[in-house]
Amino acid sequence: MKKNGTIIGINGNMITVACESDIIQNEVGYAITGEERLKAEVIKIRGNLAFMQVFESTKGLRVGDSVEFTGKMLSVRLGPGLLGMVYDGLQNPLHLLAEEYGFFLKRGAQMEPLDSKRLWKFTPRAKAGDIIEAGSLLGTVNEGIFEHQIFAPFYLRTTYTLKDIVAAGDYTVADTIAHAVNERGEELQLSMNFEWPVKIPITAYREKLVPTEPLVTQTRIIDTFFPIAKGGTYCIPGPFGAGKTVLQQVTSRFAEADVVIIAACGERAGEVVETLREFPELTDPRTGKSLMDRTIIICNTSSMPVAAREASVYTAATLGEYYRQMGLNVLLLADSTSRWAQAMREVSGRLEEIPGEEAFPAYLESRIAQFYERAGIVELADGHKGSLTIGGTVSPAGGNFEEPVTQSTLKVVGAFHGLSRDRANARRFPSIHPLDSWSKYQSFIDPQLIADARTLLFKGNEIHQMMLVVGEEGTSLDDFQTYLKSEFLDAVYLQQNSFDPIDGATSPERQKYVFKRVHDVLMSAFVFTDKDDARHFFNKLRQAFIDWNYIDMTNEKFKKQEKIINAMIEEKSSDAKSL
Amino acid sequence: MQKVYNKILSVTGNVITVKASGVAYEELAEITTQRGKSLAQVIKLDGDIVSLQVFAGSQGIATNDEVRFLGHPMQVTFSDNMLGRIFNGSGEPRDKGSHLTENLIQIAGPSVNPAKRIIPRRMVRTNIPMIDVFNSLVISQKLPIFSVSGEPYNELLARIALQAEVDMIILGGIGLKYDQYMYFRQVLEEGGALSRSIFFIHTASDPIVEGLMVPDLCLAVAERFALKGRDVLVLLTDMTNFADALKEIAITMEQVPSNRGYPGDLYSQLAARYEKAVDFEGAGSVTILAVTTMPGDDVTHPVPDNTGYITEGQFYLRNGRIEPFGSLSRLKQQVNKSTREDHRAIMDGMIQLYAQFKETEEKRAMGFRMSTWDKKLLKYGALFESSLMDLHVNIPLEEALDRGWQILAECFTPEETGMKSELIQKFWPKSTTATPAAQPEVVASPVSEG
Repeated sequence: MKKNGTIIGINGNMITVACESDIIQNEVGYAITGEERLKAEVIKIRGNLAFMQVFESTKGLRVGDSVEFTGKMLSVRLGPGLLGMVYDGLQNPLHLLAEEYGFFLKRGAQMEPLDSKRLWKFTPRAKAGDIIEAGSLLGTVNEGIFEHQIFAPFYLRTTYTLKDIVAAGDYTVADTIAHAVNERGEELQLSMNFEWPVKIPITAYREKLVPTEPLVTQTRIIDTFFPIAKGGTYCIPGPFGAGKTVLQQVTSRFAEADVVIIAACGERAGEVVETLREFPELTDPRTGKSLMDRTIIICNTSSMPVAAREASVYTAATLGEYYRQMGLNVLLLADSTSRWAQAMREVSGRLEEIPGEEAFPAYLESRIAQFYERAGIVELADGHKGSLTIGGTVSPAGGNFEEPVTQSTLKVVGAFHGLSRDRANARRFPSIHPLDSWSKYQSFIDPQLIADARTLLFKGNEIHQMMLVVGEEGTSLDDFQTYLKSEFLDAVYLQQNSFDPIDGATSPERQKYVFKRVHDVLMSAFVFTDKDDARHFFNKLRQAFIDWNYIDMTNEKFKKQEKIINAMIEEKSSDAKSL
Repeated sequence: MQKVYNKILSVTGNVITVKASGVAYEELAEITTQRGKSLAQVIKLDGDIVSLQVFAGSQGIATNDEVRFLGHPMQVTFSDNMLGRIFNGSGEPRDKGSHLTENLIQIAGPSVNPAKRIIPRRMVRTNIPMIDVFNSLVISQKLPIFSVSGEPYNELLARIALQAEVDMIILGGIGLKYDQYMYFRQVLEEGGALSRSIFFIHTASDPIVEGLMVPDLCLAVAERFALKGRDVLVLLTDMTNFADALKEIAITMEQVPSNRGYPGDLYSQLAARYEKAVDFEGAGSVTILAVTTMPGDDVTHPVPDNTGYITEGQFYLRNGRIEPFGSLSRLKQQVNKSTREDHRAIMDGMIQLYAQFKETEEKRAMGFRMSTWDKKLLKYGALFESSLMDLHVNIPLEEALDRGWQILAECFTPEETGMKSELIQKFWPKSTTATPAAQPEVVASPVSEG
């Protein structure tokens, strides 16, 4: 049964379609112009009119052109072979599109997201007669670094009895691997892949837990001061040039997650290209395989169609939830959620909805909340735990955090890593502001030590502000020491050279070890003859610590450098005794 | 099949509506009025009501004027015959040359597949030390020049057009003042670069809507030349006028404005243009330099703000100089490792010292006593500004690096510079008494500042 409609209005990427039959909200349809079939989604229904956003340029469409409805909501295909892929916002594989169509993205071109010819070694885990339901394990295949679990489709509404299942062997994702029947006698053919609507969260788990365990990013300021948790959420707002994307790239590289999904949403193509070209060459220290083997890139850069940008974050979240079902820890990095919000704003404007603040739609806040709520650590049916952590960058207009997207995001996330233009200008990277940022999650470092360090940072900042007014001369030596200590903490611990292989990634063991030493320095009372003496000492100590940061912990030089540092601290402390 | 209508239902701003059927979205139409013919583009279809934006503006349009739909979207010719020619914002010749109709191509085509992009790696030399040494321009980069009215940004563009190592130049003027247009023409003609240039010029006196097409025309042509293996540099001035034209149409169309009256899709509109910058593997490239004037010198204004999120860095042009602090080329790291070994060291070292000079200058202004070190910094700052920062300085990269070392040697001892010892051994000038070329060479064309 094919449903059709006729275009009666076009405004930008929004078309108005008159339909004679029933329409489903979020249903996908194709606007047909000549040879091209342009994918579109119903986003509003009024009487027999469907308002649809087209995922392509609408150039050349005419009033009177027909629209073919599919009866399905906007969906992605789930199955083995997702890892290592680069998709656009609608799950079209970009490498295959490039092979087929060359340099440019051809309008209306669609390709199968999963390679239907590739053979997978399937091992059944269920047998004929088993009762299955949504999310039941049918078998496994090896997908690169993981055992990829093959589930009964999440959309099953009743339980089924497995009539038969194939023996172990090589199958494609399209092959039928099992038959099942339910109480009403409805037959079901199962294969290794199925579709799932992107805007509906996957809930085939036992229960959702509270995120507590830290997700290690190997970035010191994050792990120690503003940690993120497995299954938690965080956001990185910052003005342009503050290093949001670099921070995301570093996280995608070093974070201790099993699967990383990068949603490049409406940002520069050039940045994705770096990831695209470099990741296959880089080795993941955890698996010894290419980093690309654990990565999926959803790439809908700024010049690609706006509506597909809106879909891309949902596509990414759905793929993340799918891998979470396998008991894996998944990290989803969305760069940037502001572009996604702007896509919503464009659509809302074309629908002529009454605008909220800065013309963003009134439902902006709830949409953002719904998106972040898809994160979480869950207990699966087999008792294992899986997690989906979501980190989104925000690009506030003018770098002002008081705007709607930043504010709505702050309400729902568990950690806030605010980037500061001043720190970026001073080349203090990562430019996460140490005073403004916060996290509700627990770090693996003793909270008392962190509280001490934060108190010192606050004091140091106050003294610095005062020094700007009264000058160095008007500051007491004690205060000056506190200020130097806070600068020291900033230079040797908060700042990190992400381009250096050693300094760029600090393991939790190393963080615990080094932070203890830094804490010792912060808590020591040194005695100095004058301010120059103090400055000189801290300059030397800082240099020694920075050199230490660049030495591999397993290298014997590490201990040597530590001795040098200890001697320096000792010297000033013994000064204290003799005086 | 061309359809002709002669009942115009409404005229609002530069947008007219007619009742017509079978019209395609973004199709072009020709309107014949008592003032002559003008092109118009379909921007909205609602049943059989078609809204069109009229490029020549709506002045003098009569409700019974003839509207003829052309059956195709905006096109532009593409051929080698375009070189040396000057067109207007509708793609019609502005010079006395012939009308070109061969090989028409569509503008605003699809975007490049990110999977086909490559990591940029070729530097564009401009012989301007503040660019070459401190913020290198890279093939396929998109970079705005943030400036305010009155700054010599068009002079800077003209110099880059003359000196940049590229195969051809496409200049797009949006709301360009007439004398500035003549200036570009004259400079490129005198410099012998006109024969490798194409101009698309919309002047301030032309109807504002016509300016909207300029970036698309430039970039469509540039893209085609790039696919043929040319390295094309596209210069756009001034993109703030483009954004203002967008704003005008959006308001006329009664769209809900988002920020200071600009439409909500400003970011996407700008990105669609800037993202045309590309390096085609196995063919040529498109590099974009675009002037963005900041109203009120405010970088948080929606136009520079959105631009900054899209482009790969920015040049700040202030007081007739490219500011070393705000300016940034995000791609410089890709190229400056393979120029000369001292490139990065000079780049970082000199800027750090210049930052210290700035602090000292502030201290001096506040009346603090100047130490010996402060005096050295003051001398350094003055030399740096006159022999490297000045926009008149016109020397190749290697000479600029040598001059950097000369300046350092003139002012400091080697240890004071914080440079690596091996570099100092290799590059520190042997006779420190030699005066660096303090007098900048002046470019042929007079540069007016302010």
